[in-house]
Amino acid sequence: MTTISARPTIARAGRLVRDRRLPVVVTATLFAVMFGYGSYRYSFDAQVGPNLLVNNGYLVIAAVGATFVILAGGIDLSIGSVIGFSGMLFAELVMRAHLPVPLAALVVLVTGCAGGALMGCMIHFFNVQPFIATLTGLFLFRGLSLVLSKAAISVRAPMVDSLAQYHLPLLSDTFLSTGAIVAILVALVAAYVLHLTPFGRRVYAIGGNEQSAMLMGLPVGRTKITLYAISGTCSALAGLVFVLYIQSGDPLHGIGMELDAIAAVVIGGTLLTGGAGYVLGSVLGVLVLGLIKTMISAEGTLSSWWIKIFTGVLVLIFILLQRVIAVRRA
Amino acid sequence: MTESMWRNVVRHHLFWPAAILVTLLLVNLPFTPGFFAIHVRNGHLYGSLVSILIFGTPLILVAIGMTLVIATGGIDLSVGAVMAIAGAIACWYIDRQSDQSSVVGVLVAVVLALAACSVLGLWNGFLVARIGVQPIIATLILMVAGRGIAQLITGGFIITVQSKPYSTIGGYIWVVPTGVLIAAVAVTSMATLTRRTALGLLVESVGGNAEASRLAGIRSRRIKIIVYVLCAVFAGIAGLMNSSNLSNADANNAGLWIELDAILAVVIGGTPLTGGRFSIGGTVLGALILQTLKTTIFTIGIPSQANMVFEAAVVITVCLIQSPAFRARVMAPFRRRRPPPPATPVRVETTETPAEVAS
Repeated sequence: MTTISARPTIARAGRLVRDRRLPVVVTATLFAVMFGYGSYRYSFDAQVGPNLLVNNGYLVIAAVGATFVILAGGIDLSIGSVIGFSGMLFAELVMRAHLPVPLAALVVLVTGCAGGALMGCMIHFFNVQPFIATLTGLFLFRGLSLVLSKAAISVRAPMVDSLAQYHLPLLSDTFLSTGAIVAILVALVAAYVLHLTPFGRRVYAIGGNEQSAMLMGLPVGRTKITLYAISGTCSALAGLVFVLYIQSGDPLHGIGMELDAIAAVVIGGTLLTGGAGYVLGSVLGVLVLGLIKTMISAEGTLSSWWIKIFTGVLVLIFILLQRVIAVRRA
Repeated sequence: MTESMWRNVVRHHLFWPAAILVTLLLVNLPFTPGFFAIHVRNGHLYGSLVSILIFGTPLILVAIGMTLVIATGGIDLSVGAVMAIAGAIACWYIDRQSDQSSVVGVLVAVVLALAACSVLGLWNGFLVARIGVQPIIATLILMVAGRGIAQLITGGFIITVQSKPYSTIGGYIWVVPTGVLIAAVAVTSMATLTRRTALGLLVESVGGNAEASRLAGIRSRRIKIIVYVLCAVFAGIAGLMNSSNLSNADANNAGLWIELDAILAVVIGGTPLTGGRFSIGGTVLGALILQTLKTTIFTIGIPSQANMVFEAAVVITVCLIQSPAFRARVMAPFRRRRPPPPATPVRVETTETPAEVAS
């Protein structure tokens, strides 16, 4: 009798552990618990929630781009540099070349896309490891932004000002900024593309096993190059949103941001070997990182380096969780 | 006879790195007349080549450790953070002494710092070998958290020390720079340890196939842990050199981005990131190439803001030259002129030509 009654629970537990959505659920729970604790301890006002998106919109966009590449088993280290370069290029085009803002933004996005595609080509055609190819991208784009200007350029254009100051009112005196809205839209589009289109299935297939994907006749090369182009475009867009956020371009912006983006993807439960993960997870990962920053500054007595230590500890916890799940599955 | 000798030289695994290094050094000659001259000035060795060596030593040390880790199929992103922690611990300890110039105090500081580094290496090795975390992520944890720990030790300040014995580590012993001596000892001992004992073979075997090595009776996990500890200790020594040279501990900037330079040096030196094969000599050449490149950029008068673009361009070229797929594609037009080997069926030739015309 006992064995029979025990079996369904074990089966249920097994099914739960084997469920690919578990890491996302854990991240969401962690976020909710942290937020609840924060609200209780620091009596957060209503704007703290939307502010997580307002202050980290650029990181959400960058992390979504990184999710694409990581899901296919690759990695993109050029994210931070592309963000810095895009901001510089935009500032340069608007302030020095006096291009209209939409045209400048378009040029920036196309440049980011082309940069990503070039790295993708290096990886696909010449078998350069993604790590090394995107590392050269990191150097190249940081260098290019220094070539554009060694000093920061502040962006003062009527359209940029109005976009930066635009607030979409929400319930009870809270609001979202343009950057936050763009971030939400990007996440929605990415979720649609990854989870509901043939292209998305191909990404998961390549991340699961590139060899099998090729033998199945999937266009592996084209998909991989597209992925890096998407990541480049997302980074460029993140750079534009970052410019809106601080209204200047600086050649030193975004240094190390690729690590934040990758950490957010890991905390969001995406496997770094590729093949499993969700866009929602990465968004939640960014929100958790943002919440750590908010709570540490609300604490007041804790120094800023605790952010780094907490981020490291969180990444560790999620990696261990992934290991437990992987072992259970095998 | 001579042709086959020439072919052997070209095929040697150190040929491409050495050729690139020599080319880079020669590029300097027209811009700096006495580039290859070495003199003794104020009792110290002096000259362009000496400064390349001096500035290159931390990178050489870090890259040697990285080579072993990469040979086992891993990677260590935390070396920069480990460097910062080593400097922070040493300066923190020396700063607390009443007499900063006491030799014993400095020795204790060095031992403390290196002991802490081996613990950090053990941690990385434990995560990779025991828990089975991917190396890039296992070490990413320490890369992010490590700088926080270093800042925690220094209390967020730059600790400055005035200690004669400590500054020798980054200074001179008699006429020779200490760093160059340390690097020479490290390179020779690692080369001997890996090539005169079985360690090198075991490392390559673990990198080739960890599971097969384990079944063949090699303690793969232990080998992996050993290489991560070695890598962290080498990074720690590099961190001490760096901090002693500047007489301070800067938790934010010590060893910043050195992991990227070190990985590049390893790859340029001909060690594949996939593991299973490594070359200490190649790595040393790779590190020297990167350092020479930085010097060259200054001497040939490229504006300082274009440094990174130039560096990126050279690195991309080097990576492409080393990619067999790229070489095959570039060399293809030259190969075609040769008469086809008799074994090649004619049909293949005819099917290839229209494709070539079409493209």
